[in-house]
Amino acid sequence: MAHEHEPGEEHEAGPRHELSHWAKRAYAMRDILVEKGVVTENDIRQQAEFTESKTPANGARLVALSWTDPEFKARFMADPKKVCAEMGIDASTLNEFVILENTDKVRHMVVCTLCSCYPRPILGRPPDWYKSFNYRKRAVNDPRGVMREFGLDLPDDVEVRVHDSTADMRYLVIPARPAGTENLSVEELEKLVTRDSMIGVMDALPSVPE
Amino acid sequence: MKRTHDMGGDTDAGAIDRTEHAMDDWEVLADALNQVLGVKGIKCTDETRRAREDMDSEAYLSLSYYERWIASLETILVEKGLVTREEVDRKVAELENRWGEP
Repeated sequence: MAHEHEPGEEHEAGPRHELSHWAKRAYAMRDILVEKGVVTENDIRQQAEFTESKTPANGARLVALSWTDPEFKARFMADPKKVCAEMGIDASTLNEFVILENTDKVRHMVVCTLCSCYPRPILGRPPDWYKSFNYRKRAVNDPRGVMREFGLDLPDDVEVRVHDSTADMRYLVIPARPAGTENLSVEELEKLVTRDSMIGVMDALPSVPE
Repeated sequence: MKRTHDMGGDTDAGAIDRTEHAMDDWEVLADALNQVLGVKGIKCTDETRRAREDMDSEAYLSLSYYERWIASLETILVEKGLVTREEVDRKVAELENRWGEP
């Protein structure tokens, strides 16, 4: 957990540092909405906990199973939300959910140029860099340069397709399965599937990290 | 004319800062409040997006990510008559009074 206490608690003890104008208004709106019975403290706490429970481990599992089971991959790509539901991953808040598979010749990279749309039920909250103005600006006209910054130097003959997310359309990349991983279990393979590889700016890890 | 939020392809961009910051409590609250009001059907993503995209350019570029969320949420809640600016001002003063000096 990145924060030290629940979002319902801070105003009792007082913040530990000076809050910005808008941070104060967040607490103020929370209190007003609770007083008016629009939401409860519990609703907010449960929502925060629900969000914290969504991590890239969900996506890693879906990718590792897609690598090892062609029938699963076919079903996942054809109807991702249905397969998520079968796996106990609630993706119902996504409108359209599209799975993109990297190959030797074609790579996919996901951005939201207009803001920060992201497959939150599968990967959790987007990382700061995904929401940054520089990523939003550059992903669509300099994807190879962006990937180079992340440590990936693509050969010229590999095609790069950039997908601009919207409120109604979210994407997940299935990175290529690293060579030499034929003998790894699904659980070991999951450890190779990083968040950034599912956004498409990186490859999966070549081996299980120590 | 292209609006500020529509920045895909702008050529004035530099290196991407990949530092992750630990979320402050108010950011966790901003995130949860936005989500929970959506789940309850009080507002939808398109409404808060519209409010965010309507922000003036200077504010859009200078506020942090979750500050933009809170500013746009307030706009939508005011439009819907669920809060007024004055109520929020009063509540901020009340909280400042309760908190004292940080």
